[in-house]
Amino acid sequence: MKKHKILSNAYTALVMAFLYAPIIVLMIFSFNDSKSRNTWSGFTLRWYQDLFHDEEIIQALMLTLVVAVVSAVFATLLGTAAAIGLNKMNKRLRSVFMTLNYLPMVNPDIITGVSLMLLFTYLRLKFGVTTLILAHITFSVPYVVLNVMPKLRSMDKHIYEAALDLGCSPLTAYFKVVIPEIMPGIMSGFLMALTFSMDDFVVSYFVNGSSSQTLPLVVYSQTRRRVTPKINALSTIIFIVVLGILVINNIYSARKEQQLLAGNRAKKEGH
Amino acid sequence: MKRFAALLSAVLLLFSLSVSAFADEGDREPNYDEAYYSQLKGKNVAINVYNWGEYISNGDDGCMDINAEFEKLTGITVNYTQFDTNESMYAKIKSGSASYDVIFPSDYMVSRMIQEGMLQELDFDLIPNSQYIDERFVNPEYDPENKYSVPYTWGTVGLIYNYDKLGFDPESWDILWDEEYAGEILMFSNSRDAFGLTLMKLGYNINTQDKEELAEAAEELKAQKPLVQAYVMDQIFDKMQGNEAILAPYYAGDAVNMMAENESLRFVVPEEGSNWFADAICIPKPSGSFDEDRYLAAHMYINFLNEPNVAAENIEYIQYSTPNTAALALLDEEVRENPISYPSDEVMEKTQAFVNLDTETNLYMDQLWTELMSAAPEYNEWAMPLFIIACLGLSVFVTVFKKQYRRRKDQFSYDTYRKL
Repeated sequence: MKKHKILSNAYTALVMAFLYAPIIVLMIFSFNDSKSRNTWSGFTLRWYQDLFHDEEIIQALMLTLVVAVVSAVFATLLGTAAAIGLNKMNKRLRSVFMTLNYLPMVNPDIITGVSLMLLFTYLRLKFGVTTLILAHITFSVPYVVLNVMPKLRSMDKHIYEAALDLGCSPLTAYFKVVIPEIMPGIMSGFLMALTFSMDDFVVSYFVNGSSSQTLPLVVYSQTRRRVTPKINALSTIIFIVVLGILVINNIYSARKEQQLLAGNRAKKEGH
Repeated sequence: MKRFAALLSAVLLLFSLSVSAFADEGDREPNYDEAYYSQLKGKNVAINVYNWGEYISNGDDGCMDINAEFEKLTGITVNYTQFDTNESMYAKIKSGSASYDVIFPSDYMVSRMIQEGMLQELDFDLIPNSQYIDERFVNPEYDPENKYSVPYTWGTVGLIYNYDKLGFDPESWDILWDEEYAGEILMFSNSRDAFGLTLMKLGYNINTQDKEELAEAAEELKAQKPLVQAYVMDQIFDKMQGNEAILAPYYAGDAVNMMAENESLRFVVPEEGSNWFADAICIPKPSGSFDEDRYLAAHMYINFLNEPNVAAENIEYIQYSTPNTAALALLDEEVRENPISYPSDEVMEKTQAFVNLDTETNLYMDQLWTELMSAAPEYNEWAMPLFIIACLGLSVFVTVFKKQYRRRKDQFSYDTYRKL
């Protein structure tokens, strides 16, 4: 039995190493005193210092964040509304629309990118932040729908009806009962949209304008001369920020759970 | 009026030049023509600049932040974006989805864009600093009338080798085909450069459009393939500096960079000759309406990049070679005398520049290159279809098996139910 445990632990360790080794290497080399990616020549913080003075990279980062947040917010609003509507449809119509929803996800990014570029050119839109945001909303919406849908399906319909019986108007019933009930789905949809937007290279490549670029595009453009270690420094910072957010989130939700349990216990004892 | 201002500024510049001629050799004090650069102040003009990634001095380690400096001097906003290959830059402009004011194509791309009418003629009266351009780079093969481009950087392609491991100085491209160094050779992963040096090795013109010569070069490259460790571009830095390979063809400026990190590396332009390349500054034709202010601002930007002190700072960051003679005079003697960055005329005579090939030749070369990259001696042309058929067969088998399994399972549960 014990042997079993060693094996499974070793396997877990292997998977973790596989996932995190590249990031750890990147973090170590962000402190390397030369531009080399395979020889260590001393500790330095100069890449971090240079990073904050590099306006191109900071601007690209800001643009990436703005596009990610704005597009994720809009995609979440649209996707949640769409999911609620889809949920009310009859079975056949719903399956038709769900398939239509899946299609953009299985579609290769490059097709989405090229077709959006053609559409925007046809509509005579000026390429830039607007087209970037529109494109990112387009590919994020399906993921939001996909995250919200199961929550809606598993929700007890009678709660909504009960709210109506108790005097809510349909709209207030939605905001006070349905939305809080499906909130975890909405949040995970929002986070997915945010990640996909920050990650995206292919679609942005086709729809970005001539006055600004997102971070992935800037990094890619450096491959002729070689990517600067400043990018390592930036990646390290992003990784640590994300890690921090996740840790805080976990602590927070663990505490909330404990409070809930404690509350329940107190209620029982009260009876 | 603008003409007059330009003329005036040119005169002023000449005057300031004669003064600065008495200054010290290493004098880097900026000497900007305020009247010329402040023409667009307060007009809220913005220009879109599209350059190679990491190809301008940007303020790292206390060097000059050229874009910021230009913005401060002129009040013009610079929207600076970057590309990775000539082809992607070309595609972006051709698609019409973007409008740029200043771009930095390489030699052969300049001639292609001229042929396709994508470039705007420059007004050299508005670029007084173009007088500093070395005569060797005026009227280059890719822009024979010198109407559309100002050279930005240049260099040669040569052979980088690890002297400590090799033990001698090679003089010919032939060593890249020497079986003794199998697995220690790196090669360009872009077709034009790879074909270029192979054509040189065979004694042909690097701009040949003769299909037989190109096919012969492709055969040579195929013969070389088993000896090549990897087809690379920027990974070459790590591989050569980390002693992971002995021989690699690459650009002179990058060789200087690598040699600074690893002392056993050396560089040579082989005796068969090589490619001389230049990256130029151009103004593309606007996709929308012509804007006079932006046109002038673009010229100012080009002129600013050719200010002696700016060009000198910039070239120290990029480490390629500068065509700007006034900037060259400001560089350290060690750099100026470096035969890799600034080779002798004797070496330069052996080099040739790339010009644009016709569409048919480009396609043919692409096709040969794709064949080379995808052809592995173990596979034959049936491998791919067979593989696809095998996959289809497997998926059919899995589906059938699953169905049968389910049926058997249903049967089983029915039986047990009946028994109960």
